[in-house]
Amino acid sequence: MEPNMMLHAAQAVAAIGLLGTVLGVVLGVAARYLSAPVDDRAEAVVAILPGSNCAQCGFAGCKQAAAAIVEGRAAPNVCPPGGASTAQRVAELIGVRLAVDGADTALPTVAWVDEERCIGCTRCIRKCASDAIVGAIKQMHTVLPEACYACGLCEIECPTKAIVMKPVMPTLATWHWPKPASKRPVATG
Amino acid sequence: MSTLANRAGPFTHTVNSVTRTMVWVIAALVPATAYGLWLYGWPAVMLFAITLGSALASEAVMLALLGQPVRTRLFDGSALLTGWLLAMSLPPWAPWWIGVLGSLTAIVLGKHLFGGLGQNMFNPAMVARVLLLISFPVQLTMWVAPAPLGGDAAPSFSQALAYVSARTPVPDHMSAATALGTLKTELSRGVSVAQSSAQLPPPRQLAIGNESGSMGETSAGLLLAGGLLLLALGIISWHIPVALLGTLGALAALSHALDPVRFASMPIHLLSGAAVLGAFFIATDYVTSPVSRSGQLLFGAGIGALTWVIRALGGYPEGLAFAVVLMNALVPLIDRGLRPRVFGRSRRGKSLQARTQPRIHI
Amino acid sequence: MLFQVRGGVKLSYRKELSSESPIVRMPTPKRVCVPLQQHVGSPAEPVVEVGQWVGKGQLIGRAGRGISANVHASTSGTVIAIEDRMAPHPSGLTQPTVVIEADGKDRWAELAQPVTADFPLPVTPKELSERVAAAGIVGLGGAAFPSAVKLDMRYKHSIDTLVINGAECEPYITCDDRLMREAASEVIDGVRIMAYALAVQHVIIAIEANKPKAVKAMREAAKVDHSIRVVTVPTRFPMGSAQHLLLAVTGRETPADKRTAEVGAVVHNVATARAVSSAIRRGEPLISRVVTVSGFGVREPANVEVPLGTSVEDLLAFCGGLHPVPTLLIGGGPMMGATLPSVHAPVVKGTCGVLALTASEINDGPQSPCIRCGKCVTACPAGLVPVEMAQLIRRGDLQGAKAIGSQDCIACGSCSFICPSHIPLAHYFSFANGKLGDLDRDARRQDRIRSLIQARNERTAREAEIKKAASAARKAAKAAAAALATAAATADATEATSSLLEEST
Repeated sequence: MEPNMMLHAAQAVAAIGLLGTVLGVVLGVAARYLSAPVDDRAEAVVAILPGSNCAQCGFAGCKQAAAAIVEGRAAPNVCPPGGASTAQRVAELIGVRLAVDGADTALPTVAWVDEERCIGCTRCIRKCASDAIVGAIKQMHTVLPEACYACGLCEIECPTKAIVMKPVMPTLATWHWPKPASKRPVATG
Repeated sequence: MSTLANRAGPFTHTVNSVTRTMVWVIAALVPATAYGLWLYGWPAVMLFAITLGSALASEAVMLALLGQPVRTRLFDGSALLTGWLLAMSLPPWAPWWIGVLGSLTAIVLGKHLFGGLGQNMFNPAMVARVLLLISFPVQLTMWVAPAPLGGDAAPSFSQALAYVSARTPVPDHMSAATALGTLKTELSRGVSVAQSSAQLPPPRQLAIGNESGSMGETSAGLLLAGGLLLLALGIISWHIPVALLGTLGALAALSHALDPVRFASMPIHLLSGAAVLGAFFIATDYVTSPVSRSGQLLFGAGIGALTWVIRALGGYPEGLAFAVVLMNALVPLIDRGLRPRVFGRSRRGKSLQARTQPRIHI
Repeated sequence: MLFQVRGGVKLSYRKELSSESPIVRMPTPKRVCVPLQQHVGSPAEPVVEVGQWVGKGQLIGRAGRGISANVHASTSGTVIAIEDRMAPHPSGLTQPTVVIEADGKDRWAELAQPVTADFPLPVTPKELSERVAAAGIVGLGGAAFPSAVKLDMRYKHSIDTLVINGAECEPYITCDDRLMREAASEVIDGVRIMAYALAVQHVIIAIEANKPKAVKAMREAAKVDHSIRVVTVPTRFPMGSAQHLLLAVTGRETPADKRTAEVGAVVHNVATARAVSSAIRRGEPLISRVVTVSGFGVREPANVEVPLGTSVEDLLAFCGGLHPVPTLLIGGGPMMGATLPSVHAPVVKGTCGVLALTASEINDGPQSPCIRCGKCVTACPAGLVPVEMAQLIRRGDLQGAKAIGSQDCIACGSCSFICPSHIPLAHYFSFANGKLGDLDRDARRQDRIRSLIQARNERTAREAEIKKAASAARKAAKAAAAALATAAATADATEATSSLLEEST
């Protein structure tokens, strides 16, 4: 190769190389100092979750579940007692779009004490994270439905299987039309 | 008690349907098409049949491949209309494979690969025309002088077959440039527009359509009649045609007034080429035009403006196909930006402030 | 001079099926099931007991807390049950209902003192509003909003206009039309009473142009009061929407999420006006209403004055029964009405019509893909973009649909009506709004429960702290006692040793 050409080639390589290095450094600095703080998001997610560490999601507690959600290891709707609204809020927070599935017709549930079987041992009362069960030793226990978010711990705890989860039926005030059926889910407008 | 029990209202419906709409649009096209077919003779008829046939065939194949109900969807009129509009915009004596390739492009690429009916972003017929024009510029600019059926110059059936099957090329004495084509080539040779306009057919003839051009776009008069029928039926609204022709006409008139040497007059622009066909039949395609009225005005104006720009300042003599496709790309943006004002809210979306002195005239 | 109103659709009205049938009074049925909630707001509380005899017009349910309305017995008889019975609601759900077995005598209970004086009335507006509330009058156009609350709007807003809604824009329904033709003077009397109660300057009665005879009758009756103007509005659905009607006749656009009172106007239905007149002039509470029974599926379409609580079955039997067997039974009009769960559902204050529709009238068709024709955008009277909202809802993005206005939807159904692809647009929006309401309620409940959980966590932590402190204190006390004991023991030992040493020396 001619010396002139070699010089040109060297200049070109140097120029591109320098540009690449500079840009790479800029990107690296940006990635480090301008990225969204992940820690805050985990805390924000914890604030949305119920916070009772019932472990229905499969993680040890709400803090661990929040960390997993933020890192992408768990879906935003991983918390069953949190319900659809919690899933939506978490999804909004971490910027994931969670489709509201109209076909999800499973009714929300609350715990219910079968008075025939309850022996008044208060084990469930001590376990309930939201103080939804009222009662005392040797007294009948009962669940306050507006405080129960169906974590299921009482059902597991009860020695006589007196607690079951019952679905909450819609009333005239809460009923609404289900999503219309789309004949072909593929060819939508 | 009822089979329809599990749905919300309303429990009455207009008689209008997708098929009814397509049928009327096709009906509105029939006069201009018939005239064009008569004007250009057997080769045009054959090309028309081939184009429509390939459109229907490719639609059937795609529907079957995609698992959609073939019988109902094939005859809803949409594929037929696409093929029809494409045929109208082709040179009347083009070889058969132009028609087939065009239809295939329009239906497969322009419609189904985007998701099928209602999903395409670009007008399928225009996509096909643009693709053909860029890939096969010679065939797509091979215009012929009118050779009416039954007349002396008309080719016989067998001759027509020969042209269409590309066994024999179209003889030179039959070919003729379109009005816009003439203007452009003369301009490039240094002849002013004013001079070459004199050689063109007068506006009355341009309106009737006895001149060279695409199979269906010559008769501005018949196309206008069809367009007015659609307006009267409420199938299209006036916004797009008026905006398109208005902008095109205004720019033409303005430019011609400023520089008659370079720019053609308004009647020539409005009456030649695909202006009227585009305004009433192509740009008004539901799927690829904006849904709001104000959006439609902007859309029509954009097409009119771009058409004039390409015709007057660009390299192609006719720019409607490009203009339509370019504006199609902007439709999602137009739809997002030009939504109607919600009742009870300002344009920004906030609840209206109740004025202290509300007017009352009664 | 009318103002422009956007959107809306032209319908096939089919009013001729019943428009020439004069109002007939239906004989009292054997049994009436009167729901305790026939109005917007909280349900009424029962004030009668099972086994009690009630007179016609006797109070059986007292208005609940907040916005509510009284409920009265529509005929005399014995209360045989107060229990959950089927509601006239498409869900088929039940609601608390007072079931009265009619004694056939139709005897009136003691009624309120009538006011027979001419205008100006010798009662205060406040008293008028109280009488209207006592009579249990709610909006009879279908919205069933307690009318007394509307009359009391004058205390919260400055009201200068009363608009009377005689539009009746739904197909088939002709009850208001007949009422205006046959009882125009009663309607006008009710209008004047309400105008006096509201102390308004302008009174406008708006009637759609497809009811020329009603316009004539009302104009004639309105001559008695020169401040009342009768105007004709274009026949276009949904002209009867209160906010759109107001815009058309006064040019005032009601701000979103607010009532018409915000722009100085109150809108009442013509039948409501007549009910007010009955309540004030004769002391009669709201115990019956005119219902249009129509559709190709009913033998003898008619406009019937029905005692509230009559079952749809009895009403249909009065109209010759169903023939041919219809595809659908609707309560209300075909655009905004809903399917009746069965013929055992009762007629309530908001039931303006019972329609038996055949498949040809409904004109349903298979759904096909959206072709983006934009007709729904043109038709929407609320200025929304149904095509875009439905697309978002289909994909599950309800918040996106809300952001472009799905909660401003008035559920008129114009979009579904006009869609050439038969896409159930209005259904999508009512689903979305219902689901968003669900999510809101759920979110608030979760918030409350989370604070309960937090409170419990704090309490447990505090208890643990106290326990720890207590056990630490106990330990310290033990240690102190032990130290004291050892100190004492050491002291004893030292003493013993020292005394021993002393003795030895």
